[in-house]
Amino acid sequence: MTFLEEIGGYLIMIRHAFSKPEKTAMYSKETFRQMADIGVGSLPIIAIISTFIGAVTAVQFSYQLKSIGLVPMWWMGSIVRKGLILELAPTITALLLAGKVGSNIATELGSMRISEQIDAYEIMGVNTRSYLVGPKILAALVVVPMLIVIAVALGILGGWAGGVLGHFFTTAEYVRGLQDNMKSWDVVVMFIKCFFFAFIIASVPCYKGYTVSGGALEIGRASTQAVVLTSIFLIIVNFFIAFFLLDSSGG
Amino acid sequence: MIEIKNITKSFGEQSVLKGITATFMEGKCNLVIGKSGSGKTVTLKAMVGLVEPDEGDVLYDGRSFTNMNFKERKSIRREIGMLFQGGALFDSLTVEENIRFPLDMFTTMSLAEKVDRVNFCLNRVNMINTNRKFPGELSGGMKKRVGIARAIVLNPKYLFCDEPNSGLDPKTSIVIDDLIKHITEEYQMTTVINTHDMNSVMGIGDHVVFLHEGLKYWEGSHKEIMQITDGELFDFIFASDFLKDLRRKATL
Ligand SMILES: Nc1ncnc2c1ncn2[C@@H]1O[C@H](COP(=O)(O)OP(=O)(O)O)[C@@H](O)[C@H]1O
Ligand SMILES: [Mg+2]
Repeated sequence: MTFLEEIGGYLIMIRHAFSKPEKTAMYSKETFRQMADIGVGSLPIIAIISTFIGAVTAVQFSYQLKSIGLVPMWWMGSIVRKGLILELAPTITALLLAGKVGSNIATELGSMRISEQIDAYEIMGVNTRSYLVGPKILAALVVVPMLIVIAVALGILGGWAGGVLGHFFTTAEYVRGLQDNMKSWDVVVMFIKCFFFAFIIASVPCYKGYTVSGGALEIGRASTQAVVLTSIFLIIVNFFIAFFLLDSSGG
Repeated sequence: MIEIKNITKSFGEQSVLKGITATFMEGKCNLVIGKSGSGKTVTLKAMVGLVEPDEGDVLYDGRSFTNMNFKERKSIRREIGMLFQGGALFDSLTVEENIRFPLDMFTTMSLAEKVDRVNFCLNRVNMINTNRKFPGELSGGMKKRVGIARAIVLNPKYLFCDEPNSGLDPKTSIVIDDLIKHITEEYQMTTVINTHDMNSVMGIGDHVVFLHEGLKYWEGSHKEIMQITDGELFDFIFASDFLKDLRRKATL
């Protein structure tokens, strides 16, 4: 298959994924099941990683700022908060999900394809793109932003713990920084990222899994490709969102 | 009755079906036989639209499936049940949920009515009290039975079975064959079965279509098949020299 055919196939899949469901109740049930799959399964690892990312951000930046010496340490609250909201929480969460959720989705759909479960749905008259792909994308659109918000919160907590335990700043200083220089635009940008990331994390692996042909070996290959492609798309889209939405005047 | 008319299908350069015409009769087990790779699965999938044939037509009791739009096809598919080679049960659903799925999706029956219907079908395939089991907990033969139960839950007029015996021991194979035959006769379905198992041919082959190199090589009943003494079909039936010898001695 050529690159253009792949893109075409992907777009057709997306279009069908949002066609009118046969029976709304069945689709919402499937969507909730996917939400639980994506959310509950990923929460522990995201909690651990975002806490430590927040902590290490606080420690490293404090270390650098201390050596420069001109900057008040209460700035750290603002630096950690901004770093997490604009970049670290969305990107790291999304990359984690690309690995975990992405490979799950590709493997699940791939094995459904190989074991003819997708054919079995089709033969019953179920539109499999809308029944199998649609709920996954919808679920991701709901759950991924929630996970990213949780990652921001835990990252901020981690930053506080890291900085205070390392004697870089006091709790009062950190809290002062957290409240300083708040821009709602930052949060808007974060949610725009969430939206694009969620869409990529679900749809690319769906496409890779849905179009598997062959055997077990191809499922593994599709799953790996799904993770790699998803990660690449995430990082590129991440750059363009920052490039177009954050202007150089700093707000 | 299902008729296929001059069906062709190629994958890239490889021409798999080269114009197949056949008739499959109501209330009968119609067998499509042939070596593995001869195009049995492609034929079956072309009949139900899982594979789009390049040319030709499929008629369901005179209704041309090939010329139907998506919506019309869907309504025909409500009349079709299919048993897949590995059962194709939905892994994440229990046995009951698997069989109930078409009812959940396409009927407005109450839960109690649906469960009744599921239990009726489970009973029909001798699998009562397996409602809560997951496909992963079932043996190959049990999966096929649940697959049959799911295929017949909406009372289909047409039943398709792709290699119902593959991967089963000879005894279980006969049980599954008999089950399919009884259900076919009981509900007067038009049943099309792919197989390369000669036991099935002799046991339930009311009407047999032999595919060879993309063409229909022979068509007849399992009684007629025993009269064959030569050619590709003879080679297929009596695959080993030992069997060929036996057959020749029997005719002497
Ligand atoms: N989706 C496909 N793409 C390419 N080739 C296929 C596809 N499906 C089947 N074939 C080829 O068609 C031929 C017949 O396959 P099949 O109908 O599965 O044989 P069988 O009689 O064993 O069921 C095989 O050579 C197979 O490789
Ligand atoms: Mg086959």
